Amino acid sequence: MKWHVIFEPQNLELYGTGILTTLGLLFSSLAVGGVLALIFALLLTGPWAPLRWLVGAYTYVIRGTPLLIQVYLIYYGLGQLEWIQARWDDVWPWTHFKEPFFCALLAFSLNTAGYTAEMLAGAIRETSAGEIEAAQSFGMSRFQVMLRVVLPSAMRRTLPAYSNEVVMMLQSTSLASAVPSMLDVTAAASRVYSDYYLPFEAYLAAAAIYLVASFCLIGVFKLSERHWLAYLAPRKH
Amino acid sequence: MNAYYAGILQGSLLTVGVSLCALLVSIGLGLLGAAAKLSGRPVMVALATGYTTIIRGIPDLVVMLLVFYGGTIGINHLLEWSGSKATVDINPFLAGVLTIGFIYGAYMTETFRGAILSIPKGQTEAAWAFGMSRPQTFLRITMPQMVRYALPSFTNNWLVLIKATALVSLIGLKEMTYLAKQASAATRSPFEFFLFTAGLFLIYTTVSLYALRKLNARYSLGTKRGQL
Repeated sequence: MKWHVIFEPQNLELYGTGILTTLGLLFSSLAVGGVLALIFALLLTGPWAPLRWLVGAYTYVIRGTPLLIQVYLIYYGLGQLEWIQARWDDVWPWTHFKEPFFCALLAFSLNTAGYTAEMLAGAIRETSAGEIEAAQSFGMSRFQVMLRVVLPSAMRRTLPAYSNEVVMMLQSTSLASAVPSMLDVTAAASRVYSDYYLPFEAYLAAAAIYLVASFCLIGVFKLSERHWLAYLAPRKH
Repeated sequence: MNAYYAGILQGSLLTVGVSLCALLVSIGLGLLGAAAKLSGRPVMVALATGYTTIIRGIPDLVVMLLVFYGGTIGINHLLEWSGSKATVDINPFLAGVLTIGFIYGAYMTETFRGAILSIPKGQTEAAWAFGMSRPQTFLRITMPQMVRYALPSFTNNWLVLIKATALVSLIGLKEMTYLAKQASAATRSPFEFFLFTAGLFLIYTTVSLYALRKLNARYSLGTKRGQL
């Protein structure tokens, strides 16, 4: 084992850049995916049947196909379409399709939105009837009931499942290394491996980074559950 | 063009093969892990807990690369050390099956542990009172009842496992994702091929879901459901 290679400055820098890319991808895809998930969840539980169907089909396809293929479809596939090719040199939103980071971010956001939307929709459907009736008897409109009663409680109840999704997402960002010229933690490890031919050291270092990041995320979610789900915790006295 | 589609279709057999073999490995490891966690012996419990915690905190892809590249070098070092001149290349099929099995064994451990804990304790006690040995108790009493409790979470694990097989393409196994990537590089029309592969995966997961739902209905026969 030649661990000192990992701690050479240029390799530490490589892993450092990797960590920044991984965390950047994770948090931005969670942010974009979170907003999309909220919209999708509202449509899934909403009154318009065609939209329910459409969003249901979307989450089914997203959850039934591998993320790697979704990444490939966006990174390699969309670039093939002439409609996009005609625009990606100068028309604004489409210029981004040439950037690997944007493609990875788009794939991850669409993916996590599919999973999170189903979780949130499940929590919204399971809101106890009494809470909604109480809100209605106060004269709240449909919109107010949603905003003031159903969503705050449903989002809290989604927290435990969502913490799983976030940890899964952290691990999924390793697929970014399958896109050329993306340097996340896994890609950094692959580069160290191919430069020094030291697979154990290179990938074990990456594994340790992911492990620490997972534990930190789990810790943060434990704390936020203690804060926002305190009213559901078992009584201690 | 059609030859590529036929190739991908043939590659799907390999996907099914990898996933089913990996499933067998993960079920075996899951049962062992659950037995270790429930054994109450501190060393076994610590080992199994370490296994499930560490594996579930590392991306599948990293474990796979570690086993594939690290394993090759490790085995060759071992051969060199023992004085043999031979070099070994790890077969990507085997590496894929073993790593995916090893990873999902950790998830299965939790599934089976939870399922075994859901069975009322009186059941095993009654079996012991009848003079059944531990293996008999497991085979005749615990396992048939465990299936019902384990199935929902087992179904989840299986669907995730199927999707994880796409990663094996990154270590060079010529399953459908790999072939789709090759076909799109050769024909410069990636969209069709990846969409086709995604469709095949969707069919695979849909069929699995249907079959496991039937199985669930079979194992839930005679259980009472609370009526609201």
